[in-house]
Amino acid sequence: MKRFFGSALMRGLFWQVVGLLVGAGLVTGIRAIMGLSTIEGPFFFTEPAWVLGAFVGVICFLVGSGVTSDWIKWARGIDTPDHHEDHYTGWEKILNVSVDHKVIGIQYTMTALVLISLGGLFALIFRVELAQSGLQFLTQEFKLFDQNGLALYNSLMSLHGMVMIVSILLGTAGFINYVVPLLIGAQDMAFPRMNAFAYWIAPPAAVLLILSLILGGVSTGWTGYPPLSAKSPMGMQMFFLGVFVAGWSSILGALNNIVTVIRMRAKGMTAWKMPILVWAAVATSLISLTATQLIGLSFQLVMFQRLFGMGFFDPDKGGNPVLFQHLFWFYSHPAVYVFILPGLGVVSELLPVFVRKPLFGYRWIAMSSLGIALVGFVVWAHHMFTSGMNEYLRLPFMYSTLLVAIPTGVKFFSWTATLWGGKIRTPTPMLFVLGSIVVFLMGGLSGPPNATVSTDLHLHDTYFIVGHFHDTIFGGFVFPFFAAIYYWFPKATGRRMNEPLGKIHFWLMTPSFIALTLLMMRVGLIGMRRRIADYDPGLGIDGYHMIMTVMAFLIATSVLVFFYNFFTSLKKGEKAEGNLWNSRSPEWQVPSPMPAHNYETPFEVVGEPYDYGLKDNGFIKFIEPSKGAHK
Amino acid sequence: MRHFTIVGLLVFLLTALTYAGLTAIGLMPVQASAQAIPIDWMWNWQILAISFFFSLIMVPMVYSLVVFRKKPGDDTDAEHIEGHTNLEIAWTVFPLIIVVIFAYLGAFSLGETRKVDPNAMVINVTARQFAWSFEYPEYGIVSDKLHLPYNRQVLLKMQSEDVIHSFWVPEFRLKQDVVPGRITEYRVTPYLVGEYKVRCAEICGANHSYMEANVIVDEVVTFDAWVAEQQALASVKTPEGLGKQIATANGCVGCHSATSSPLPSAPTWFGLFGSQVELADGTTVTADEAFIKESILDPKAKEVKGYSPTIMPAFALSDEEIANLTAYIKSLK
Repeated sequence: MKRFFGSALMRGLFWQVVGLLVGAGLVTGIRAIMGLSTIEGPFFFTEPAWVLGAFVGVICFLVGSGVTSDWIKWARGIDTPDHHEDHYTGWEKILNVSVDHKVIGIQYTMTALVLISLGGLFALIFRVELAQSGLQFLTQEFKLFDQNGLALYNSLMSLHGMVMIVSILLGTAGFINYVVPLLIGAQDMAFPRMNAFAYWIAPPAAVLLILSLILGGVSTGWTGYPPLSAKSPMGMQMFFLGVFVAGWSSILGALNNIVTVIRMRAKGMTAWKMPILVWAAVATSLISLTATQLIGLSFQLVMFQRLFGMGFFDPDKGGNPVLFQHLFWFYSHPAVYVFILPGLGVVSELLPVFVRKPLFGYRWIAMSSLGIALVGFVVWAHHMFTSGMNEYLRLPFMYSTLLVAIPTGVKFFSWTATLWGGKIRTPTPMLFVLGSIVVFLMGGLSGPPNATVSTDLHLHDTYFIVGHFHDTIFGGFVFPFFAAIYYWFPKATGRRMNEPLGKIHFWLMTPSFIALTLLMMRVGLIGMRRRIADYDPGLGIDGYHMIMTVMAFLIATSVLVFFYNFFTSLKKGEKAEGNLWNSRSPEWQVPSPMPAHNYETPFEVVGEPYDYGLKDNGFIKFIEPSKGAHK
Repeated sequence: MRHFTIVGLLVFLLTALTYAGLTAIGLMPVQASAQAIPIDWMWNWQILAISFFFSLIMVPMVYSLVVFRKKPGDDTDAEHIEGHTNLEIAWTVFPLIIVVIFAYLGAFSLGETRKVDPNAMVINVTARQFAWSFEYPEYGIVSDKLHLPYNRQVLLKMQSEDVIHSFWVPEFRLKQDVVPGRITEYRVTPYLVGEYKVRCAEICGANHSYMEANVIVDEVVTFDAWVAEQQALASVKTPEGLGKQIATANGCVGCHSATSSPLPSAPTWFGLFGSQVELADGTTVTADEAFIKESILDPKAKEVKGYSPTIMPAFALSDEEIANLTAYIKSLK
């Protein structure tokens, strides 16, 4: 117990609370001196006090958790050892600061799983409310956190969106962090301390997002459009600040990843010999590094509009609400490629292993990731076809958006061709890879009608869109994420997860999810709008909604099966210390769990990463240490 | 070669089945506007393309899973095929051509929906949390329901008093955001007599779900009769009549019902005057002139039990307007 409360996470949380109170107290003191109101509303402190307090809280978390200790020591002229040997084991490793990329990868993954559960819980709550038309329990009389049922519905719906988005960013960062250095033969990431710092930003940011629910809620959906967000309760500010802070994590992580891939590849690993997931990780990182600033900026502008009365998006002061949407989508559209590219990379990475055949058109798939990333920068306004922006601009954005279909199509065709003529095995990770392809195909095919202006005029802001993006996100992230966990779990733990339970997870989740999203699209076409707590019984969609709610609970059940499998396998799973999947990839050429400093002896690349079926010497060869000169 | 023939046939078959199935389900609501026709035409092409590409990926994939799965006891690798450059070029160029064609069709159908009739009837639409009101400058009337004549283009000039809303009638297919600080336009030619609903499609606050208003497409004769009736009502300058107009123009009727069945966001006005209103703090108050005036000017002053006072904005009405409005409320019993 003492070790739990003494962990970096708990220390950080303690200091975050202290920092919050100090910051809020400071502003309140200054306001008292200036003769402004000091205490108002249902949340004790004033809005400026909460905002500054929350910000100071985040800084205090980072310092208090100890992730900045080395930097502070260096600034004071004190030397620290290059490597810190971890003296923690088991769960303590996860709750304490480590600079080992593998531990950080697991920390990211575990945090993502926690947030996915939280976001899923939010979804289940409002899914129950939607099961029938009329208000059942989130009623006008219902009161919680200074919100009535309808306002709380909006808060839960908004936070479902944002908590899931943050968890996806953390989840992709999880497997990129864990796997990419192993794939390229690096001992660690290029900047291990910055890597740890990027991870430790996430917990305080998550705290702010949860705080937003308690401090009056979020009324706008995850997009936070002003003027509504400028008029919403104070929770909105915590939401903005939480996302703003979480953005640092993305930017720093991306920078680290790019430098690592450029500078730390093993001998002989030229660009065309990098495993495909590395390509995907680079494409993703290019977007995160350069676009994340825009969402931070747009949210910051609304924060300042609220705090200082700056009228950026306030038409009464000459501002323009549509400008916000441009700034916001300039990140938030490329962001969806940040969510899916690593997942599609996992699909391409695992497919050859289980088909026992080279990845068909490796270079085309590698280039398609970069293609999607680059085209992704010039399509943002397709979210705004009905927004009242310049009408003639809608056509170029329609063309550019439809172009995304080309590189995406290359991936699908190449995957199909990889499967063709293989000797296909279907253990749990492969099932999730196949599920990913099917679900992402549905997401991909439901995309062009939204990209085409004329049909989008009907589809925009309906449940059709909701179904479409849940398909892309499940296909592009959730399924590959589970595939990656089932696949690399033995690498991290030396044990494998239970196969029958994994298959139950898959067969419970996949049909339910497909039914759920098809029905979402169906009701959307009929007239179900997005983000509504209640719908017109006259639409005749009550039955569909009931089925959707049941499906949502089946998905939740399957995830519970996964968690049970995950935690029991940690201790009791079947031992799997060798090359379990018979892969050519370097990380499987050394025993599991992975040694602390990765490869005892460095390797050089002597073949192609996916040359299954070729009698060669494999992808890599370990360099025998000559005369003990190594290290 | 046998594999390719089978797969080719299956792709064709599945495309036909998917397309026929999706068409048979009837995905879209009824077509109630001239603009819905090019949009549904475009949608139909998209369904065809979706059916084809769905089959083109799913058939070889499922076929591979069945035919090329690992045989029991065979632990060897498959044949070493790295790729095929011509094939990759083919499935880059062929979809590119499809994309260009579809982008052209999309632009064409958009153009069809934007055809301008210079004689279109102008209606000014005001959106506010959480109500719509419609002003007909041609006839000098204001309504909380959108009455439209059959087969005449109308131009809605839309403005918002608070946050972004979005005007969507699913049967018309068209959608346009209503943005504060500017006027956005929505052109539609109703093509099917019937009753529909405009549903706000951009989240605008707690009661966003309920921001709906009736849209009634009438034969021209019926529409003209409705206009005449409204004009007659507007010309009667009784306090009740004026009060009703104020209630409509300010969007009160979007939340406050005039009948015995209340709307979800606010108490009904029916039988309100003189009744005992229960407040959230447990006390009761008589709904008299003073209470109504206070509730209009400062809605947060007294919180009625079961309703959120944050929903209603304060309305700066003059004393005369409030008196007329109160007279109207008095008349509802």
